[in-house]
Amino acid sequence: MADKKLDPLETIKEKSRFLRGTIAEGLKDPLTGAISEDDNKLLKFHGSYQQDDRDIRNDRRKKKLEPAYQFMVRVRIPGGVATPEQWLVMDELAQKYGNGTLRMTTRQTFQMHGILKWNLKQAIREMNDALMTTLAACGDVNRNVMCNPNPYQSDVHAEVYEWAKKTSDHLLPRTSAYHEIWLEDEKIIDTKEQEDSEPLYGPKYLPRKFKIGFAVPPSNDVDIFSQDLGFIAILNEGKLEGFNVAVGGGMGMTHGDPKTYPQLARIIGFCTPNQVIEVAEKVVSIQRDYGNRANRKNARFKYTIDARGLEWIKAELNERLGWDLGEARPFHFDHNGDRYGWIQGDGKWHLTLFVQSGRIKDIDGYPLMTGLREIAKIHQGEFRLTPNQNVIISNVTEEMKGKIDELVEKYHLTDGKHASALRRNSMSCVAFPTCGLAMAEAERYLPELLGKIEEILDEAGLREEEIVIRMSGCPNGCSRPALAEMAFIGKGPGKYNLYLGGSFTGDRLACLYKENIGEEEILASLRPILLQYAKERQEGEHFGDFVIRAGIVEAIRDGRDFHKPAAVNK
Amino acid sequence: MLENINLNWEGSNKETHHIELSLEGSGFTFEPGDSIGIYPENDPDLVERLIEKLGWDPKEPVPINKKGEVLPAREALLRHYEITRLTKPLLQQAAVLFGNKGLTALLENEAEAKAYLEGRGLIDLVEEYPPEKVEVQAFVQMLRKMPPRLYSIASSWKANPDEVHLVIALDCYTANGRVREGVCSGQVAGRIKPGDKLPVYVHRNPNFKLPADPDVPVIMIGPGTGVAPFRSFLEEREAEGITGRTWLFYGDQHFATDFLYQLDWQNWLKNGVLERMDVAFSRDQAEKIYVQHRMLEKSKDFYAWLEKGACVYVCGDEKHMARDVQETLLHILETEGNMAREEAEDYLQEMRRAKRYQRDVY
Repeated sequence: MADKKLDPLETIKEKSRFLRGTIAEGLKDPLTGAISEDDNKLLKFHGSYQQDDRDIRNDRRKKKLEPAYQFMVRVRIPGGVATPEQWLVMDELAQKYGNGTLRMTTRQTFQMHGILKWNLKQAIREMNDALMTTLAACGDVNRNVMCNPNPYQSDVHAEVYEWAKKTSDHLLPRTSAYHEIWLEDEKIIDTKEQEDSEPLYGPKYLPRKFKIGFAVPPSNDVDIFSQDLGFIAILNEGKLEGFNVAVGGGMGMTHGDPKTYPQLARIIGFCTPNQVIEVAEKVVSIQRDYGNRANRKNARFKYTIDARGLEWIKAELNERLGWDLGEARPFHFDHNGDRYGWIQGDGKWHLTLFVQSGRIKDIDGYPLMTGLREIAKIHQGEFRLTPNQNVIISNVTEEMKGKIDELVEKYHLTDGKHASALRRNSMSCVAFPTCGLAMAEAERYLPELLGKIEEILDEAGLREEEIVIRMSGCPNGCSRPALAEMAFIGKGPGKYNLYLGGSFTGDRLACLYKENIGEEEILASLRPILLQYAKERQEGEHFGDFVIRAGIVEAIRDGRDFHKPAAVNK
Repeated sequence: MLENINLNWEGSNKETHHIELSLEGSGFTFEPGDSIGIYPENDPDLVERLIEKLGWDPKEPVPINKKGEVLPAREALLRHYEITRLTKPLLQQAAVLFGNKGLTALLENEAEAKAYLEGRGLIDLVEEYPPEKVEVQAFVQMLRKMPPRLYSIASSWKANPDEVHLVIALDCYTANGRVREGVCSGQVAGRIKPGDKLPVYVHRNPNFKLPADPDVPVIMIGPGTGVAPFRSFLEEREAEGITGRTWLFYGDQHFATDFLYQLDWQNWLKNGVLERMDVAFSRDQAEKIYVQHRMLEKSKDFYAWLEKGACVYVCGDEKHMARDVQETLLHILETEGNMAREEAEDYLQEMRRAKRYQRDVY
């Protein structure tokens, strides 16, 4: 790529003095609630996005006021494991500095919205005081490492989680800028800056974000095939033997640009547990050296691999490792959703609660935020944020189980049993009003749309049929829509592309079925298909498999076929 | 009226209107620093209540000046007489005219009479101490003529010919159980709408003018609506292609809701028309911070600008802000310029004489 012109962001990163830029100065500028455009790009590496309330953007402009700038802050909690103390800190900060709600992300961590510039430093500092860093929660680095929180295989879970955590820690940036900007009172001396270096990332960091996940079969809840780098735990009689290594998955694309596409990670071999960190580091280094730094839309690891082939990546990796990956081993996934309710494992109890779109807030008759706070006050185990934006109250003793149940009842928390199976298997990104990328609503609209689809399900007798449904406000795909059996990707206000045919286990891409349609057409399109599915499905046949067998859409097993015109049902 | 926008965001304690008027066909021109005089109109509801309470015929002819011109009572009260404010002399005249014993008794006690004036208007007097019978012609004899209201112009004629922009704070408060609005601000900010007409004139202000030499540095101090003429200054300089050597001190209560013309200043800072800006939002922290505190923080630079011959402009509230700013100016001269108090006062006097210290205060 040396002869191609670098993306401007590459220069910003390189000149940023290891992610400093002028963030510290910008935070103090009293004339604006924003920071500069360049600093905005760097701020992501520190775990925060500058946003504004898009609902009021026009009204503010009319009043000659700048947009209502505010910041989203995301922490890193590998595998989504948080202590009750950490939960209480996030809850308090959301009230004190945020918009009074918390968001569990599709990558098992917390984020909060609505923090004003004047409070950003204090908010991040208080998160760090509770041992939650925000460093590298966003940006062109390895992001929060996902890990299956499946508690009923607790021994193995604990082991896999440890590897996820170690991988996360190992791949953290080394810059002292984070400490300097957020955790120190005033910059004292410059010497640390002189000593800064990034042995793995280098001064330009990665060409694009990088995502790692750890799955424990039979659950594919982390959507291993959506990860840049995935580790699939291989168990033998309840013991962890090692991991299959999958590379080059990713969700993002741009509407109408066939050079961009969601892609499935492909399995290239096997490594033992103590080889995991080395493999992760070398894979990241390959992406660092070969990833496209001229075009950010073509910079994810999936494109690096697709441009060169799987054989190339295997050979390159083996060479960097100095040893060869083993043969991939057999495994089996049977779902990518969550299992709700109480589960017993390893002598302890674990309760998975349903949280629509991961949004924790109080509403009339459903004080979810208060309920979880009250649980955090007495809970002695952990909270585990699931990859499907739900929460597990984990490691509960027999004695405490009753108390937790009392609180669940008192605050009307739910394991989702009353909701349709479709709703329990739903996910959406944040989108409006805070996300700057959103083209259409997601979190605010999905519950309403679900209600309308549920009417069809009732008619078809499919209320208890588990169907994975996901909505994203833009094609970047934070809710991993391209892997869903039924997916909506925002095109414009009230308009979505409808995709069908992902698999229930998350190993196949969905196929475009209808383009740029509004609610009426969505419902009109889905109704005959759902009715047909109810009538013609085979024993145990999932919706995503059915639409392919019935010839409604094509099966897409390679992202490069995602835009195939033949796949579009006109 | 072309445009009427409340510049404050919801949650603000204030309501400050950006008003755009078309001057098309009027032949009016103006320069930055000039004002617009508005002949306001009383609240029609108030006029009607007064007429009804006193049992007048709204069509009854009423003199509107000494020349003997007459208008129907409603029109005269609407546009020619001040019917909101209550003053001691008015109270005294009313006592004679109304023949109301209670009112006469009230006036005998100086302190009570004074307390009565607080937060009450003419309509309260009429309702609380109604006259037996009073003719409208006699009634208006004791009223003040409606004075025009002056507003500093907030736009540049060069940048927006045939238009003038004003910043009008709605003067609105509740007293004695009644919501009360300023006559003119209530009308302009609330009652009239884009498309309506307003009688205005241009009021020249030769004592608030940009320096003729564009290289002379300009320091502008204008919190709240006092910032109006500086928007005009900067629009003018932008239209003339002049950049740099401008420094604005602005303040209000809250950054989030009260940053008047925020986008304009940001834009001028970006294109260099405005070189520096300091802001003081008094209620965004525990202790109140005002523009003079920001001047003090920057006193070294402030003095350096003065020594380079800067002109200082102050616009806004006279009693508190302008006084504090002047005191701070003297303090900066004393500390940064090593002057004794008298020398500092002489320095400021000399600035005033050389038109380097100009104020538009009210």
